[in-house]
Amino acid sequence: MSWGFLRDLLSGVNKYSTGIGRIWIAIVFIFRLLVYVVAAENVWKYEHDEFECNTKQPGCENVCFDHFFPVSQIRLWALQLIIVSTPSLLVVFHVAYRESREKRHNQKLYRSPGKMDGGLLCAYLVSLILKAGFEIVFLVLFYKLYNGFKVPRLVKCDMRPCPNAVDCYISKPTEKMIFLYFLVATSGVCIVLNVSELSYLIFKYSIKCYMKTFSKKQQ
Amino acid sequence: MDWGALQTILGGVNKHSTSIGKIWLTVLFIFRIMILVVAAERVWGDEQDDFICNTLQPGCKNVCYDHFFPISHIRLWALQLIFVSTPALLVAMHVAYRRHEKKRQFRKGDQKCEYKDIEEIRAQRFRIEGSLWWTYTSSIFFRLVFEAVFMYAFYFMYDGFRMPRLMKCSAWPCPNTVDCFVSRPTEKTVFTIFMIAVSSICIMLNVAELCYLLVKFFLKRSRKAGNPKHHPNHETKEETKQNEMNELISDSCQNTVTGFSS
Repeated sequence: MSWGFLRDLLSGVNKYSTGIGRIWIAIVFIFRLLVYVVAAENVWKYEHDEFECNTKQPGCENVCFDHFFPVSQIRLWALQLIIVSTPSLLVVFHVAYRESREKRHNQKLYRSPGKMDGGLLCAYLVSLILKAGFEIVFLVLFYKLYNGFKVPRLVKCDMRPCPNAVDCYISKPTEKMIFLYFLVATSGVCIVLNVSELSYLIFKYSIKCYMKTFSKKQQ
Repeated sequence: MDWGALQTILGGVNKHSTSIGKIWLTVLFIFRIMILVVAAERVWGDEQDDFICNTLQPGCKNVCYDHFFPISHIRLWALQLIFVSTPALLVAMHVAYRRHEKKRQFRKGDQKCEYKDIEEIRAQRFRIEGSLWWTYTSSIFFRLVFEAVFMYAFYFMYDGFRMPRLMKCSAWPCPNTVDCFVSRPTEKTVFTIFMIAVSSICIMLNVAELCYLLVKFFLKRSRKAGNPKHHPNHETKEETKQNEMNELISDSCQNTVTGFSS
């Protein structure tokens, strides 16, 4: 069980997505998942070992690290990737539900189970809203937990059992900051894609609906 | 999810590339991605552990390391490889879009559609002409831009491509100027020069491919202007042989694309 599972899941959703949806999937694969696995993970690999405080007091380093990093940034990144990809399951489940309905009733109920109309369109729109929502929630969480996206070189810690205010040094702060900005930028791009896909679909299907009622009225 | 996934995606683009494009792809996989994964990552694996400063002052080592290596070589190369491979996706998406249109035509029962079944559409290799030519050429242009940007960023950040043995650091909280020693500087220099050399080769291949496409485009235009009866879809014997050779080369290093070309 690893990231390959997420990749297979998103590949499955690809079939039922619009063009913008496929671009979103490509960005999530390449600029978020792949960058996370091949580069970002290694930057945070020894973060606790390399976190150093200017004291010999046992336990001070542990307590300070825990105070400044309640949840490590890299774990938050991984959680964000998983939770943001999950709404796509709604679409997969709905298509599976349609196919099982057709099997149960043993007749063709839909023009095609994968065609975007009616219930599937609603599921898709809900998944888009959830995706954008989760992205924003995680970005706000990041901002609140770490007071912005900057990683300082030095943090001052005076938790017990540290004797006084003690200087603690974070390892690779510049590299971590670069990757955090990268994360924010890709999240921003994904939010923009989700919002534009939502607007495009609502616009397209409102026009379709309007044309249908207009032509019915004419008849 | 790792470099293998990128290889799967790019392998599908291989089919629709020119011969120079296929050579570029091979160089990318073997001399850059593979070297990065099996060798370079090990060399830089212990970089901060073995970065030693001549001081007992806590925090001095962390600060000096961060000062001299704002972003590690290995991460910069990984990002460079990802950015340089991405324009090829534009081509994959364009091909997928064309296939989708042809499938739609076929399903509608269009008389103009010359395919016998869906499988033929899926297996078809599109020629680089029309809008696909523009997509392909822009993807090569962006590749060149990204390569150049990353090489410049490298040169700018590390003041050249040599890894020194000793660095002098006076950032706070280091008490005075402190000597810091980098681990495996010679091995890192060798790999840096190797990666830069292969980047340069890739840049040259991209420039050659761009020139080839432009020359071919202008020759075709002048031929069309000179001989209006010439049918653009008529393949000469030589072109058929070239296509067969391309197929053989592409079959030897081709993977199926999942998802993006359906």
